[in-house]
Amino acid sequence: MARVLSFLTATRGKGRLHWTDWVSYAYLIFGIFLMFGPVVWLVLSSFKSANELDRFPPRFLPYAQETVEVDGFDDPLLAFTVVDGELEGEIVGQTRRAAGRAEVIVPSNPDERFRLTVDQIEPIERVAFATENYSQLFERFNFLKFFWNSTFITVTATLLMLLVNSMAAFALSKYEFRGRTSVLLIVIGTLMIPQTVVLVPLFLIVTELGMFNSLWGVIIPGAATPTGVFLLRQYMITIPDEILDAARMDKASEWKIFWRIIIPLSAPAIAVLAILAIMWRWNDFLWPLIVLTRTENFTLQLALNSFQGELQTDWPSLLAMTVLTLLPIAAVFMFLQKYIATGIASTGGK
Amino acid sequence: MLALQRKLGVNRLAWAFLLPNLILFGLFAFLPVILNVFYAMTGGDNVLLADRPDVGARNFVTLLDCENYLDVNSCREDKFWRAVWNTVRFVILQVGFMVGFALLTAIILNRDIRARGFFRSVFFFPVLLSPVVVALIWKWILQREGVLNAFLDWTGAGGINWLVDAQWAFGWSVFISVWAHMGFYTLILLAGLQAIPRDVYEAALMDRANAWRTFRRITLPLLAPTMLVVLILALIKGVQTFDEVYAFTGGGPGTATTFIIQYIYEEGFAGAPRLFGLAAAASLLVAGVLVVLTLIQLRISRNNVDG
Repeated sequence: MARVLSFLTATRGKGRLHWTDWVSYAYLIFGIFLMFGPVVWLVLSSFKSANELDRFPPRFLPYAQETVEVDGFDDPLLAFTVVDGELEGEIVGQTRRAAGRAEVIVPSNPDERFRLTVDQIEPIERVAFATENYSQLFERFNFLKFFWNSTFITVTATLLMLLVNSMAAFALSKYEFRGRTSVLLIVIGTLMIPQTVVLVPLFLIVTELGMFNSLWGVIIPGAATPTGVFLLRQYMITIPDEILDAARMDKASEWKIFWRIIIPLSAPAIAVLAILAIMWRWNDFLWPLIVLTRTENFTLQLALNSFQGELQTDWPSLLAMTVLTLLPIAAVFMFLQKYIATGIASTGGK
Repeated sequence: MLALQRKLGVNRLAWAFLLPNLILFGLFAFLPVILNVFYAMTGGDNVLLADRPDVGARNFVTLLDCENYLDVNSCREDKFWRAVWNTVRFVILQVGFMVGFALLTAIILNRDIRARGFFRSVFFFPVLLSPVVVALIWKWILQREGVLNAFLDWTGAGGINWLVDAQWAFGWSVFISVWAHMGFYTLILLAGLQAIPRDVYEAALMDRANAWRTFRRITLPLLAPTMLVVLILALIKGVQTFDEVYAFTGGGPGTATTFIIQYIYEEGFAGAPRLFGLAAAASLLVAGVLVVLTLIQLRISRNNVDG
């Protein structure tokens, strides 16, 4: 019992690996499998042809069948190895297949046809990443439109939020004015009002402002966030007032002080907020679902959701679209994960 | 801006900087709260308040009219109560498992292990995925001819149509939600663990306290404030669960995974007629719960700062 508990409490190991270390590593490796496994499986699946996706049980890697060129045929024929019968060991091309029988040709002898049963031949396959699921997205669906909508919302909303919130944070950190405490309380108050509990009136306001079914209806309501104001204010407080006073001596306007001094000096905090904002906006779902009802306004998230809802789920396209939706976030994660971790830890989420 | 500065003076210029934010807060956070009350007191399916008939507290009566609150079939609006009880069950399971596993993971990550940064980001990675992507990833794995059933077939256990069975669909909804959000809480708990001073442990070692005592008498009490914040945060988010489960099961089979926010969405926006009044009344009830939780959270974090 004590051993189990020392496993729970041990901090610094001493030299040799204790068995509790082995258990810890086992847990962590299981963690890699559980956390990355599903995503890897999704990505691999997205490179499989429709036939391969229908296969049960599925195979780990995507495969494609080899083909052979045979004289007298315009298109290459699907290649098989014969495993039974007089042609055993030969590589053949299939010309026709029906009712459990296949008509095949030996490439060196293109004039003679053989009829074999299906279990006499085995397909020759190689690992191949099929890209048609991806190219289909651009041909059959309005993928670029959805991608553009998502990108436009994310970029505009992030910029707007950074500007508006840093202005407020500047006012709340660098000015002494009557009513500052009340404003701070108001900001804290908005923490208690998540969008999820004011959907109906928010819908009315957005509609009245003519932003229903417009990307702006998604961008503007979320532009001011208490989290953003607090995160930036916390940072701006640490900027010494002497710098501002020196600038004022030089007759810099307040706006110039904000734009030329405060913003550049707050860059680390602004970067953290920018990353968070990009994440929130790109992944946003419920509010866009309410405001954007026409297909041409859909974001990627809405498009994904609506395609999987249709009766016959078109998995090949859906898998490819899911991968493309997660790609930008995965890229951000790889390059900036240190900032994301600190950012989220310091704000406590949204 | 310079002209404005001359007119207002430097200190009152602060209001100019605050203005955009205050307008947005006012228009999209405070005004809705007030309007929500009016919506909750009116009926019909018109979105304009002026065209909505006053019904007093009737929406609340509809929602709360129950002979026995534990038996949803005795309630007038049984769908609401199904959603409420589903949410309660979901939140208890999800928060319990999530905080439990987050604590275990944080404790392991706090040990002297190699590549801690890497492992930390492994557990954190799903937090960044969008709810719809999370739902689709798992739906693909769990579908009738998916990889999990293939594995079960191979072991001889036989496949299950996971998302068609109410119990399994609910269980998997809890699972994907824990999977997607656990890393966030792990991060906060790990920060809490690392803030515990090393010398306390050294003192315990000197006193020959065994591991269990050290864990119970030092780690747990010193981690308690962080644990509380994590619990409350998880509760606040758990009550608002919608996206990933909606994309995952659509609330089904039947109403097995319909939670309270989905109820509000469906009454107000998805169905016809659009019962804005009922949706707003239900929102107010949820908001009440969230306000209490948030106040507790603010109270705790203020105590943490003071102490």
